This record gives sequence, structure tokens and C-alpha cells, in this order.
Amino acid sequence: MTQSKEMIATRVAYGKELLELGKKNPNIVVLDADLSGSTQTKFFAKEFPERFFNMGIAEQNMIGVAAGLSSTGKIPFASSFAMFACGRAWEFVRNAVCHNMFNVKVCATHAGLTVGEDGGSHQIVEDIAIMRVIPNLTVIIPADATEAKLATRAIAEFFGPVYMRLGRSNVPVLFDENEYDFKIGKAYIIKGGIDVSIFACGIMVSKALLAQEALQSEGISAEVVNISTIKPIDKETILSSVKRTGCAVTCEEHNVIGGLGDAVSSVLSESCPVPVKKIGIMDQFGQSGKSDELLVHYGLTKEKIAEAAKEVIKLKS
Amino acid sequence: MSLSEEKLTELKEITKDLRRSILKMTHAAASGHPGGSLSAVEILTVLYFSILKYDPQNPNWQERDRMIISKGHSTPLVYSILAKAGYYRGDDLLTFRQLGSPYQGHIDRLKVPGIETSTGSLGHGTSFAVGAALGCRMDKLNNRIYLLQSDGELQEGSTWEAIMSASHYNLGNLTAILDRNRIQLDGWTEETMTLEPIAKRFEAFGWHVLEVDGHDMNQIHDAILKTHEIGPRENKPCIIIAHTVKGKGVSFMEDNVKWHGVAPNDEELKMALREIE
Repeated sequence: MTQSKEMIATRVAYGKELLELGKKNPNIVVLDADLSGSTQTKFFAKEFPERFFNMGIAEQNMIGVAAGLSSTGKIPFASSFAMFACGRAWEFVRNAVCHNMFNVKVCATHAGLTVGEDGGSHQIVEDIAIMRVIPNLTVIIPADATEAKLATRAIAEFFGPVYMRLGRSNVPVLFDENEYDFKIGKAYIIKGGIDVSIFACGIMVSKALLAQEALQSEGISAEVVNISTIKPIDKETILSSVKRTGCAVTCEEHNVIGGLGDAVSSVLSESCPVPVKKIGIMDQFGQSGKSDELLVHYGLTKEKIAEAAKEVIKLKS
Repeated sequence: MSLSEEKLTELKEITKDLRRSILKMTHAAASGHPGGSLSAVEILTVLYFSILKYDPQNPNWQERDRMIISKGHSTPLVYSILAKAGYYRGDDLLTFRQLGSPYQGHIDRLKVPGIETSTGSLGHGTSFAVGAALGCRMDKLNNRIYLLQSDGELQEGSTWEAIMSASHYNLGNLTAILDRNRIQLDGWTEETMTLEPIAKRFEAFGWHVLEVDGHDMNQIHDAILKTHEIGPRENKPCIIIAHTVKGKGVSFMEDNVKWHGVAPNDEELKMALREIE
């Protein structure tokens, strides 16, 4: 797989696909909390004003209203920044949506550090942790625009509550839509290797691929696995990879506590204990800066991934 | 049109059965919320037996009126009335709050038919009602959305987010009824966190407000019918502030904070049942 030069934010792909889905399915309704320009629901809003509900800056109510709409057979997509959709409205996602098993899609943008200049108050690095612990909730993190598009389509067809984590910043397009059969709950081995498994999600998938290339030039064969569904996690693919490689590195734009690293480690510790290193944010808040600068500052780089890979390989018994 | 004498007599008998059931259920569970169930007996009796359109054989009938219970702790009342309405026999109501029982401590739509949404965590029902009202309006359904609110949950900020959005979206198909029993777990609402002036607050948020004696079924009935005219005419959500007495019908429970979330023991059950004749 070679990385395309094209750069598109996952939120942009989401907004475009939402508009397309709106044309095909009259039951799709969209809610936003005064951020439709940022979350990209504005395209749907313009085309289908009667199916778009701006709830103002009131995320709890937005999720509760989405639950009510779903009870009438609508398929609500509720969007805001991840900080507010997951953080502020967590108890509504938990009680109004998931405990009720309502068919609501919480599609939140601006997750992680790559919000950039807005700084720590807006850079949620805890959402994977707090969302994946909610029973009934499916958690999806697209790695690029193609996956975001296909995942948006897939969750509209899937019955049940979903959290989809999307980003603000442009990221490389990794996948070709015509060659990609996206399925909820499936992890994808996107580069085969035998020395180490690199499990990544979201924007870190492209960094993992760069690390894989760097390792290859040093004679190390790394396998890169895209865990686009965090929950339910694809245990089978994770275990089959690690049974070949014997060690693992996890990469996420999230706190190392509670996120992808812990989800993968949990699978491994129960069924195939091997050395694991986690690349992520080391239990700190973010700060203002350019996206790329922030990723370097907090150690979310191909160099750090490659280093971690070499360390876990050494730890193999 | 007011309730006929005959209908009123029938409804009064129902309220007695419901009060007995509330007391027996909380007694059997040795826990639960008798006070706020007893205060809302007349409100829900009028709704279920003289207003609401529903089909117990087809709980998901699309054209049904939506009865949303935001005070999810008033379970003994809700489970008893759904049995009376014919959703299920209710022979097993005394398993309330026991492991494996469908009758959870707070209402659960996945376990009991006839419940629109599981609540219990306060400050949820109004948002849900706004969503249901929007959805039914989009589908041009010939139905109405009813919402039973507790007074204590007006302290939840999310309730006011929802109240704001109901008038913004001109939800003339929504009738809320506030069980204004003036008591919450820690004491009088006005001592815990001032709610008054409730009517002015709702009016300021763009709602049409009516007030009734929440134990006078004629008043409740007539006020609900008024909202059927006013709501669509003015394109406004309506609220009926029903002034009630917590623990209504059992002298030692009335206006007594203790009975918000405590069940009667054997002796208290006997005394209470004697009063409901």
C-alpha cells in the first residue's frame, strides 16, 4: 500500500456521505449543536432543512432528542465536537441511547490533539475510554476519508447505537473505495509482517504505515493492523497477527489509559500474553499548537512507533 | 367535555386499586418510591382511561399517543396502570425490584411493554418527548405526545435545554403535566433549590401554562382537552402544573419527606390499606 498525496479530513468525508445517504433514505435525520459548519453536517442541513435539527449549544438535549426521534423510526445522526458529544453528554449517551438500545449514531468530530489551536479544553483524549465501556455501544474510528465514508454508510444500515470518532485535520487518503469492503467489527491487516504487530486506529494508521516502511529499511518486518472498530474488537485478527509476530505496538491519538492500547492489551493478556508498548498521549492534557507540531510534541510519530517496535522485539522471549 | 358522573366513579375506583397496588408493591420489595407514585395517581388515571389512544395488543402502533414518564422512579404506579390498561396481566407485580423481574426499580422499556423510554435518571424525559414530538410531526401522525414531569427534575439543567427546544420547534403536539408535589428526596423543593415561580419560568420559555388541582380528575381532564386546542392553535407546547400532595391518600405519608423513597412495613401497609376504601 502506498500513501496517496491526497489529504482529506475524516469529518469532510462524513459530511459528504451524510448528504448522499439523506438523498437515499428519508428516515435519516441529523442533529447538531451549533457546530454544523465544523462537523460538516451543514451540507445535509442545506439540502434537507426539514430533517435537520440545530439544538443550539445543548448537547445533552441533542442526544435525548435524538433518542426520541429514533423511537419514531428515524435514524438520527447527532454531531458535535467529541469533547461535548462524549464528555458533556456522556450520561445521555449512556442512559437515553444505549440503556434503551435506541438506533442513534453519535458522530463526533474534532477528536484528539489534532483539533490544534483550540487547545486542551477542546482536545478530548479520553473519548475512546469513556465510550467503549458503555454496553450496547459500537465504537468506530475511521483511519481516512475512504473509511469514514464507508463507515458512515455502514452505520446507517446497522441497527444499534454507534459512536464514530472523526478528526478535524486533513489526513492522507489510504484506501481505495473500490478495493475496500468495510465491515463493522472487522480489523484489517493492511501490511503483512512477521516481526512485530502494529495495531493502530484513526489518524495513527498512516503514521504506523510510515513506521513500517522505516522498519523495513532496517530489515524489520512489521505487520500493520487497522483497528477501525474498537468495539466489538476483532479478537480473532488481533490474536492471529500476534501469534505470528509475538509482540505488539499500539498507536492512538488518545490517552494511553483506556483506549485502543488497553483494548488490545486486554485481548492479548487473556489469550496470548506478549510484550506490548503503547504509543499515545501519556496521561496529559493537550495544548494549543498546529496539529503536526502537537503530534510531534506528544510523541505520536513514525519514529516513536518504530522505536517502540524495536523495543518490543527485544522483549520477546 | 367534562367527565360524566359515571366515568368519574369508574376512575375513582381505579385510583383506589392503583394506590393499593403501589403500597403492596413497595411493601413486597421493601424499597421503592411510594410518595411520588401516590401523588401522580389521578394524573395517569385520567390519561390512561379517558385521554390516551393506545393498543395494548400492539404497543408499537404508530398512531398511538406517546405517554412519556420522565419521573422514572414512579414505577409502582406505572407498572400497575399498564397492567390495568391491559398490556399484561400483572400477576407478578410483587416481584418488583427483585433479581430477574421485568419490573425494574426504574422503568425499563426493554423489559415491560407500553413504556416509551427507560428513565430514572432525572432530566431525560423532556428531551425524549421533544424528539418523539418532532418525529411524529414529520410523519404527520394524528396523535399527541404526553409527558409526566417531576418537580425535582426541574433542577436538572438538561430539562431546561429541552423546554427551550420544545418552544423553539413550536411543538403544539406536546402536553406536559408537572407533578408538583413540592417534595424531593432531601426535603421541600423550595428549601433544596428554589423552583418557583414555575409558571412564569415556563411562560418565559415560550410555553402555554395551565394550573390544576392534581387530584381533581375533572380539572385534569378539562385542562388536557384545553391543551389539545391551545397547542395546535398557538403552535406552542403546553404544560399543566398539577398541584399535588406527595403520598396522597395515606394520611401518614402525605406531605412527609420520609415517604419519597421508603417502603411501608407490615404494620404500616395494614394501616395504609385501611385508609383506601
